[in-house]
Amino acid sequence: MRFAGFFLLFAGFFLSLAALVLLPSLTVRFAFVLCALAIEATGLTLAVRSHMAEALESQR
Amino acid sequence: MTNTLSDVTWILAFALLALAPLAIAGIALMNTGLGRSRSAAQSLLGSVILVAVAAIFFAIFGSSLAGTATQTGAGVTVAGKFWDLSGHAPLLFGSAGFHSAETLRAPLVAILRIWSVVLLAIIPWGSGSDRLRLPAASAATVVSAAVLFPLITRWTSASGWLGQLGVSFGLGAGFLDSSNAASVHVFAGITALCVIWVAGPRKGKFPKPGVSTAIPGHHAVYVLLGCLLALVGWIGSNGAASLLLLNSPLTGVASTALNTMLSASAAVLATFFITRARFGKPDASLCANGWLAGLVASSAAAGLVGPGSAIFIGCVAGVITPLLVELLELGMSIDDPSGAIVVHGVVGIWGLIAVGLMGALAAQADRAAQVLAQLVGIATLLGVLIPVVYLIFRLLNKIVPFRAESEGERLGMDLYELGGGAYPEFVVHRDEFHR
Repeated sequence: MRFAGFFLLFAGFFLSLAALVLLPSLTVRFAFVLCALAIEATGLTLAVRSHMAEALESQR
Repeated sequence: MTNTLSDVTWILAFALLALAPLAIAGIALMNTGLGRSRSAAQSLLGSVILVAVAAIFFAIFGSSLAGTATQTGAGVTVAGKFWDLSGHAPLLFGSAGFHSAETLRAPLVAILRIWSVVLLAIIPWGSGSDRLRLPAASAATVVSAAVLFPLITRWTSASGWLGQLGVSFGLGAGFLDSSNAASVHVFAGITALCVIWVAGPRKGKFPKPGVSTAIPGHHAVYVLLGCLLALVGWIGSNGAASLLLLNSPLTGVASTALNTMLSASAAVLATFFITRARFGKPDASLCANGWLAGLVASSAAAGLVGPGSAIFIGCVAGVITPLLVELLELGMSIDDPSGAIVVHGVVGIWGLIAVGLMGALAAQADRAAQVLAQLVGIATLLGVLIPVVYLIFRLLNKIVPFRAESEGERLGMDLYELGGGAYPEFVVHRDEFHR
């Protein structure tokens, strides 16, 4: 789950770059970059949840 | 970029840079005060060692990768645009140091960068308080100071690919960051998160899911004194950055200093009232975090906004800090004694967004395009740094273990790593947290 989260973080970064390079309109670029940030937020959530389980396990 | 500094401006820039290390002293005191008494000496000595490690490795290797503003860096050409990814200046500022420098700007910018990398080194140290071993923190600092910080500094500088988003893709003035909020504070917040993930929480911190044991800092006076020292240091570093990185006139430096003060003031007042409303009485350590959050937000914005905006930016920073510190601890089982993830990472990101929303723009500039440039910068910082820093730290952890052994945590890091405590004449109290 952790590495899936990191994969999504990378994917969000590349999506934001792709928006700059491939899309001409500011509005569409803006929408794509917002989507990229949402994907990164999902990735971060996955990584955090994975580590939550690990943190609780380490206390036992 | 040419040297446009007059003698008076040069002296002012140097005087401001001379104040900036007080920010480092302030953060070191805060880290120490927010940790346990039995780890106080290790915390403060650790700060000194990390300062030394960061300064030396940045000077030798990092300064080369960070490059200079006048020199085109190394990079790639994609879609007909040059993406400047790294500097390639000589190691250790060249064989002659700065004796052969043609302008005063290069040595002053080098000093500012060294102060910045040093600050970056000690911020995550507080997050690993009471269990992070000094050799591991030093190894992590070597990687940050020699490679990662210089690259991020290059990317976000005026000549880097993020700084050039305006020229290359028509996004306003490109990624704006008035005083290294991205390469120092956001990066430090991410590093703190990765340190905590690799080292794990302190023993006894999370006895059951959804339950967190309060482990209060041992010295509120250190923490609050650290806040006041940090203010002076921040005024110095923000003012110097305004002169050296933004080419502000002297009035701009005065405005930057004023905005720094206003942002911190608004933030601490907001945190004071929020914690009073939530807990019945204001919380000293959270108020200190709020004050620091106001300073961090000013790092991104102070040189580029007006005083009203500075108050608003600080106020938002002061509101989100106590709420998110609580959320991270209770909702996400993240044990961050110094609150660095929120104070530096999240608030640094807020400051960068605020610059896009409220920063002064050129007459024809498009506000939406500027916000987009800021968002692309933030997506880059999060998308690249979190995985890269975590994976590097996991590898380092196999070579130099991050976490002290259980016995070390029980004894305290002072006895475990130094063989003596910070307060030898104090009676050692019962261990109420380690179970």
